[in-house]
Amino acid sequence: MSTYNKEQVAHLAAGTLDWDTTFRMLQMPKDKARFSMYVEALQAKLTFPDRIVLPLGPHLYIVQSAKNKQWIVKCDCGHEFCGYKENWKLFANIYVRDTPEAMADVYPALMAPDTKWQVYREYYCPSCGTMHDVEAPTPWYPVIHDFEPDIETFYKEWVGMPLPERAA
Amino acid sequence: MNMLSNTETGFADLLKNGQTLSQFRGDVIERTNTTGYYNGLEKLELRERDPIGYEKLFSKLRGGLVHARETAKKIAASPIVEQEGELCFTLYNAIGDCVLTSTGIIIHVGTMGAAIKYMIENNWEANPGIAPGDMFTNNDCAIGNVHPCDIATIVPIFHEGRLIGWVGGVTHVIDTGAVTPGSMSTGQTSRFGDGYMITCRKTGVNDTPLRDWLHESQRSVRTPKYWILDEKTRIAGCHMIRELVEEVIAADGIESYEKFCYEVIEEGRRGLMMRIKDMTIPGVYRKVAFVDVPYAHEDIGVSSKFAKLDSIMHSPCKMTIKQDGKWRLDFEGASRWGWHTFNAHQVAFTSGMWVMMCQTLVPTQRINDGAYFATEFRLPKGTWCNPDDRRTGHAYAWHFLVSGWSALWRGLSQAYFSRGYLEEVNAGNANTSNWLQGGGINQDGEIHAVNSFEASSCGTGACAVKDGLNHAAAIWNPEGDMGDIEIWEMAEPLLYLGRNVKANSGGYGKYRGGCGFETLRMVWNSQDWSMFFMGNGYMNSDWGLMGGYPSATGYRFEAHNTGLERRIANGEAIPLGADLDPGLHTYEQSIDATSLVKRDKQCMTTEDCYANHDLYLNYLRGGPGFGDPLDRDVKSIEKDLNELFLLPEFAAKVYAAVVTQNAKGVYTVDAAKTAARRAEFRKERIARSVPTREWMKEERARIISKHASTPVQHMFATSFALSEVFKNEFKTFWNLPADWDVLETELGVPSYGSKFRMDLSLMPDVRTIVQVEE
Repeated sequence: MSTYNKEQVAHLAAGTLDWDTTFRMLQMPKDKARFSMYVEALQAKLTFPDRIVLPLGPHLYIVQSAKNKQWIVKCDCGHEFCGYKENWKLFANIYVRDTPEAMADVYPALMAPDTKWQVYREYYCPSCGTMHDVEAPTPWYPVIHDFEPDIETFYKEWVGMPLPERAA
Repeated sequence: MNMLSNTETGFADLLKNGQTLSQFRGDVIERTNTTGYYNGLEKLELRERDPIGYEKLFSKLRGGLVHARETAKKIAASPIVEQEGELCFTLYNAIGDCVLTSTGIIIHVGTMGAAIKYMIENNWEANPGIAPGDMFTNNDCAIGNVHPCDIATIVPIFHEGRLIGWVGGVTHVIDTGAVTPGSMSTGQTSRFGDGYMITCRKTGVNDTPLRDWLHESQRSVRTPKYWILDEKTRIAGCHMIRELVEEVIAADGIESYEKFCYEVIEEGRRGLMMRIKDMTIPGVYRKVAFVDVPYAHEDIGVSSKFAKLDSIMHSPCKMTIKQDGKWRLDFEGASRWGWHTFNAHQVAFTSGMWVMMCQTLVPTQRINDGAYFATEFRLPKGTWCNPDDRRTGHAYAWHFLVSGWSALWRGLSQAYFSRGYLEEVNAGNANTSNWLQGGGINQDGEIHAVNSFEASSCGTGACAVKDGLNHAAAIWNPEGDMGDIEIWEMAEPLLYLGRNVKANSGGYGKYRGGCGFETLRMVWNSQDWSMFFMGNGYMNSDWGLMGGYPSATGYRFEAHNTGLERRIANGEAIPLGADLDPGLHTYEQSIDATSLVKRDKQCMTTEDCYANHDLYLNYLRGGPGFGDPLDRDVKSIEKDLNELFLLPEFAAKVYAAVVTQNAKGVYTVDAAKTAARRAEFRKERIARSVPTREWMKEERARIISKHASTPVQHMFATSFALSEVFKNEFKTFWNLPADWDVLETELGVPSYGSKFRMDLSLMPDVRTIVQVEE
């Protein structure tokens, strides 16, 4: 197994890691310490004191609130969406591309979906306008709750790390 | 006392242990189910006692499989096999569980195993008999093949008169004698038009193909020369591997060989669970994918009126990664199979999926049925991925399969991202189309069929640390190769007028999806020629990840009565190169104004005539993007603009880039101005959006008033009819009245097959193999 240092993992998270090391990461068995180094690298970039429990996206995290130890879904701008078990998209802003005109802002003529068949739902942070997700379902499709991680098993049994405290 | 001998009872005693193959297989299944270990192998005795010997056995067998594939493929003349590598060889133990497989289309790790199991459970050992030197051929999609063009040759392996295993070889043939030409045609609506169908037929004895088989099979397809050389390819590979096994047994002993053939499967089972624990995060992941099935259009000319409807394939996937590293893939809510050629047998799903997984979760040489035993599949009966009717067509099952699997990429990539293995993140796979297919009388005056495998090279999905690769690979063939122009021009009466990267085809994002490519083909020197299109047009089958956009959809361009013969003779301008901006109709400016041009979203058509000098644009799709496009660095945008991968209009509209172009046509993106523009762009996003729950009230009203297109309603109607669970979840989410429903009968479209269906298992004297929860 290869091992990597914090600086390399920080570069990976920032998208600035050299290709040779990236390729080694792809090629070799995974390094067990990655998760802790990764969270540490991401934590260093946050401007608020809440502790990252699990990264969900490039700007989205499950964090332990510094105020009350509750686990919440939070944007890196500081916007708090909801409790970690809820679907954050229901607490986001949405813009639905459901007309040919709206699709024409994204694709050249003939290269966008027909909005009678498929729409785009863009989920934005209500505070900073970051686009956290784009769903591409049919009209009527329920908002999908993508991911319900079993964080307790992951921390305690899979990576052997102490589980961050969680207030009810 | 007079007693019946084995001859009279029909008991072949192939295992020399007094058991039928079915009884022996039943015992292995029982030991597996009882203990949780494959064949009850809690202890890997050989591996633990002699780890180096075990690895040597592995290397010899695996190396031999790969060697046989590389050698045998040189026999083939079909560019699909010889250029694209659409073949593979697989070694099975006596009950048809996969021990090891070669490189190539390892989709077939389980498909040929399903055929072997079918022979076992339907007493092939009594009739037609299984003997040394026999050859069996199968392409039957109702017992596990992916599509009829994958022809499998299966050879039993004996040691001192005892059956110890099987070897199978498969090639993707260029034509199957279906209603319309090409290996994956669209003109048929059921199995009965899907082409020549062979059900585990004994096609050779004493290592020699039977003459009735040779005569019948070659005249059953349009391309007999390619067919027979493919057959020789498969037989040669199988026999090479059988000899290899004999050599291994001579060197290492039969006991070690047989132990290996079971232990390596248990090792594969443990290996997948270990990798899941090493790379992912336990929990529940929900993803979904769709495919448009636009069959109402006038350019779909099928024989059955009931197939003429627009519908949508629905593939919801609930992926549960468990505490112990096992995982469960549940497709509750999937839509019903249909009267087209995109249906998939359950084994096509459970076996084919590993060609994707070997590119992400299991990137090892140890691909075998062990991974299957570490996975719980739930494919509800009656859905597109587990049809409950023996009439279903399967010629292009991949169309739905690869689209359904795009959801798995996103689920796994969520896990990789959250865990920090960013290098493994892949936003998904391209819809691997268009498929240029057709046939007629070619440039050599022969009856011919074509299926351009340029689709082997589509754009790949974006990663979390880099862009996807342009025109790189298709999910179903990890060795993706678009093939040489010169080879395709020999195989097809179609000249190349262009082969370019397709601008804007990769999904936008912080890291964009890989772009696809497009080739402009001109019919040349044919005598009678037909072609058709097959791909996605009205919908995307992928989604993009974490703020990235899906790739672009397809469109079609074809032109007839072009005047190109005269234009070429006169040295006038002709269409060349890329269709850079489809809205500008550039090609039309270099053909006669009286040409018949079809430039639209109908990317699914059936066989239509093309004259010499007609045009056909083969556009291969791009991959989906990752991350918010506003995070894309300006130098990458600049590079895309200057390499014609991105139109300037969309640099501004999607990336909020502030772009200038100098007198030489070189684009520059101003970093400071772009940063300022992006700040405004984010504010504009907030201004044009609404809280999700507010929008849900409007959408709920549209659902209650049944405001949606017919294909959308049809998709939900077929999913609801098969799954009360899905319907109840849907109604609960939208808080719909108890009596709200959508039924096919209210949609005014054909509903043939919606109520009355008959499964293969209901035929007399047939035992089907079920390997999933239904």
